[in-house]
Amino acid sequence: MIVAANPIGQAITWINDPLNWTNPGGMLDRLGEHLTISALAVALGCLVAWPLGLWLGHLGRGGGLVVLISNATLAIPTLALLTILPVVFASGFGKTPVVVALAVFAVPPLLANAYTGVRQADPEARDAARGMGLSSAQLLRRVELPLAVPYLAAGFRTAAVQVIATAALASFVNGGGLGQIIRTGFGIGIAAGGGQIVAGGVLVAGLALLAEVVLGGVERLVTPKPLRRGRQRLGRPRAADATGSA
Amino acid sequence: MSFRLSYLADPGNPWFSWQYVRDNSDTILAAVREHASLTGRAVVIAVLIALPLSVLAYWFRPLAGPILAVSGVVYTIPSLALFAFIAPYLGTGATTVLVGLVLYALLLIVRNVVAGLNQVPPEVREAAEGMGYGRWRRLFRIDLPLALPGIVTGVRLATVSTVALVTVGVLVGHGGLGQLIFAGFQNNLYKAEIMTAALLCVALAVVLDLLLILVARLVTPWSPRRAR
Repeated sequence: MIVAANPIGQAITWINDPLNWTNPGGMLDRLGEHLTISALAVALGCLVAWPLGLWLGHLGRGGGLVVLISNATLAIPTLALLTILPVVFASGFGKTPVVVALAVFAVPPLLANAYTGVRQADPEARDAARGMGLSSAQLLRRVELPLAVPYLAAGFRTAAVQVIATAALASFVNGGGLGQIIRTGFGIGIAAGGGQIVAGGVLVAGLALLAEVVLGGVERLVTPKPLRRGRQRLGRPRAADATGSA
Repeated sequence: MSFRLSYLADPGNPWFSWQYVRDNSDTILAAVREHASLTGRAVVIAVLIALPLSVLAYWFRPLAGPILAVSGVVYTIPSLALFAFIAPYLGTGATTVLVGLVLYALLLIVRNVVAGLNQVPPEVREAAEGMGYGRWRRLFRIDLPLALPGIVTGVRLATVSTVALVTVGVLVGHGGLGQLIFAGFQNNLYKAEIMTAALLCVALAVVLDLLLILVARLVTPWSPRRAR
């Protein structure tokens, strides 16, 4: 069994080498790639999931569909989707298939929270709005949507953290990102590249935890004060939670 | 003649091929076996660790917060990073994958078991106390049986997500069916290989989930049968 002598010491040395930051394919490059891929994937996910979720919630139908989508994506291995999509798109190994694959994993939490957000709107508020003569579209835009904002924020946090975590796997399909640092470390071999492996792990994990904390703060900010406590935290629907690990 | 990704349109690279399955049945079976064994061992170990942890969190309320918080942080760490932390210490063996899988499964099980235990109605708890049940006897005779639905939910979620997660073990060369997926990718996008492995992966998750539902029915004969 090959193990590294002093991985943490090696990792500190590796991170302290300025060249490892600024080289082509260095940390800054990889961080940029990672953030670009993740941002595009989350944006694409929002574009698809939010209108659909809000609309289904407004109609009060399709709850089964939402659950089905969550459960189906739970069982699909990330790696499989990342490798299959380049074939489907026939575009080779560019960013597009990676972004689409990651967006697929962003959809369930976004969709579930948008749906729940509209559904949980107080029926009395809805009745009052109807009584005031609001049309169906106005009701969605002026009453249900504002009330759903905390849920949308919770879904956004879950989805973003999950996509940032999953984007590390893009390195398997030459999609770049911070995962590439870990993969290169394994390429060198554990004895020599142990430090780089740990350093890459620290970067990937740090970015995910940072996103969780920052977006958690955003979620708090957009949640009206009276709703902050006592509400069942729906930020992490169970099914979406489990997919978050890949 | 176009060189540009001509293999993508190549009829010699079908989405699925029995020929491939027949010719490589040994490799495929070995991969399924590794995948299933990693999943099984990870879930069993995770249950063995998670149950005592959950009972601790249930008995000593101040511990519940920290236990859930720590496992939550571990859960937020991306799998690739987690394997990267473990591999330099444990080497590139199946053990590295196993440790990572156990850490992930822990949170799902602990969270659901704690929720299940907290759902035990206080009247039932008081009745048990009134009947002279001690802490341990109450745990095994009352609390745990009533928390079984929560336990089962946790184990099912953990199993399904572990099956998907094993594939990341490719990083250290023990990814079960993930090995085939990755090999297919490197092998000029050999679609039949990728597809077969991906389908088997999903099938394994579904089969294990159904098995667990069956086990759940057997161990909770009192729960109402729903037509779902």
